[in-house]
Amino acid sequence: MTQNDISLSTVVEKFPGVTERSSLDYKAFNVPASELLAALQFLRDELGFDMLVDLSGIDWDKETPRFSVAYHLYGTDRHEYVRVVSDCSEESEEPSIPSVMHLWPGANWHEREAFDMFGIRFEGHEDLRRILMWDGYPYYPLRKDFPLAGMETDLSDAEIQEETGTKVQAAPMAGGPFVAPQESHMGAREPRARDESWNEGKEKPSA
Amino acid sequence: MASDFAFPDIASKAAKATTDLETEKMEINMGPSHPSTHGVLQLKLELDGETVTKCDPVIGYLHRGDEKIAENMTYNQFVPYTDRLDYLAPLANNVAYAMAVEKLANLTVPDRCESIRALICELARISSHLLGMGVYAMDTGAMSVFLYTFEEREKLYKLFEELTGARFTTSYTRIGGLARDMPEGWTDRVLQFCEGVLPVVDETDKLLTRNRIFIDRTEGIGVISQEDAIAYGLTGPNLRATGVTMDLRKDAPYLGYEKYDFEVPVGTKGDSYDRYLVRLEEIRQSVHLVRQIIEQMPGGLWYADEAKKIFAPQKDKVLTNMEELIQNFMIVTEGPQMPAGEVYFEAENPKGSLGFYIVSKGGGIPYRMKIRSPSFCALSILPKMALGCMIADLSPILGSLDFVMGECDR
Repeated sequence: MTQNDISLSTVVEKFPGVTERSSLDYKAFNVPASELLAALQFLRDELGFDMLVDLSGIDWDKETPRFSVAYHLYGTDRHEYVRVVSDCSEESEEPSIPSVMHLWPGANWHEREAFDMFGIRFEGHEDLRRILMWDGYPYYPLRKDFPLAGMETDLSDAEIQEETGTKVQAAPMAGGPFVAPQESHMGAREPRARDESWNEGKEKPSA
Repeated sequence: MASDFAFPDIASKAAKATTDLETEKMEINMGPSHPSTHGVLQLKLELDGETVTKCDPVIGYLHRGDEKIAENMTYNQFVPYTDRLDYLAPLANNVAYAMAVEKLANLTVPDRCESIRALICELARISSHLLGMGVYAMDTGAMSVFLYTFEEREKLYKLFEELTGARFTTSYTRIGGLARDMPEGWTDRVLQFCEGVLPVVDETDKLLTRNRIFIDRTEGIGVISQEDAIAYGLTGPNLRATGVTMDLRKDAPYLGYEKYDFEVPVGTKGDSYDRYLVRLEEIRQSVHLVRQIIEQMPGGLWYADEAKKIFAPQKDKVLTNMEELIQNFMIVTEGPQMPAGEVYFEAENPKGSLGFYIVSKGGGIPYRMKIRSPSFCALSILPKMALGCMIADLSPILGSLDFVMGECDR
């Protein structure tokens, strides 16, 4: 029997904390953070899921625990995917989870991205710094409480900021999809927008 | 290939040189606007003489927050954003995205729709590889290949324009179908293009494959081992050049690829030269595929007609029937209605596996969408590859990885 024939459900038998996760496609498992490294190593070495194709942070907003990390593994011989989802521990101020960088060196950048976007701290990561945003950026943009328009921040280059006195500004969102109506009517709020004040409880202007 | 072939061990030579000589390390920046970085990639290099001792890629110059944007709009509204991921093969991105969402909806599209999608995916692959090979050759100093391949790509873009209305940002798929059917006689013109592109591929073959300068610049440069390639999550031609026969079109067939006869070219050594050979052969295989797909093109509908809450009805019906008008209104305003759940779908794109991980809580808007881009993974191995190579070798290495920053930074 090769490792390709071993059924995926052995993971549940071997690790007591692991439970099946509902999924619309591949087999998926919930793995507690304490067993994460052992379970992933088992999947890689014993079951032949040798490639970490994707690592993704998820922000569940109001739920606890708030942050999860989803791992997608692929077996290059098995031709099969598996999804492993693990909740981040929230004992300290920042959510944290063990790093899988030592199982797959390719996880390095994926974990940096999840840190950059969600502020998830990967314990044991050797080089955890921002990757898509610049060093010193103060927010975590993919968190649900971060607005789509962005927030005002300092420029990435302090010298240019000092010279020009400008900041990174939130994007003008008026007229965009899913923008909550603000206090005044659109004509006053966004001068370039078509004047639709007649549509907001006023009389339609004569042609 | 001779079995006793050995790569020159530059790294240990460089290490030896440093013990013999007192040298001073130098830090330089390559990019973000450097012609061989193919976009806005910045490399922070530490050099010992001409040998790279450290390479730290700085990415994110093209970060637009596509994943955040996706969380704030309906599924159909995100289609144009997928054009801007791998902007050298927008059609393939459109298809990969639409298929991921259809997987969430558990929706199967008619055969004709699948065939058209497979056809445009292969055309996108040809277009992407033509450009990729041309600029790669230019990185190593061969100008003419670029001119020949770019001309063919231009012909392809004319075909894309005829099909989708746009040359570059095609936005051709819809969730549950396509924007429109193929125009009349379009497949004949595609076949005509296939006739014309093969001689150009042969010409490129003649110009580069046995070209002494090209071989010297690429053979044994930027070698990736099979283990490394898998550990770093490399996919597509970059992975296959190391000898791993992973191709999702064969391994996890979608769009009816199991119906067609094609081969998956693989390399043996995983160096920059092999990556060129793999792409060259992939163009020929894609042309072979295109001909088969057109030959077997089924008739019928090109959209899922029964998916009333997902695919917007045809315009002529919208303007005449009340039912369809309401249906159209609901899909446009609320978005295509999806069940709650999680799916992950990967498609074999020209650059590698483009994956979409969608977490849905139901309704017309994804709760979370992660885009897994092949270029991101391909670049993550660069710090390891660049170690010990000469700075002049960096441009063939970058060219051979064939990455796109729009996809890497998202």
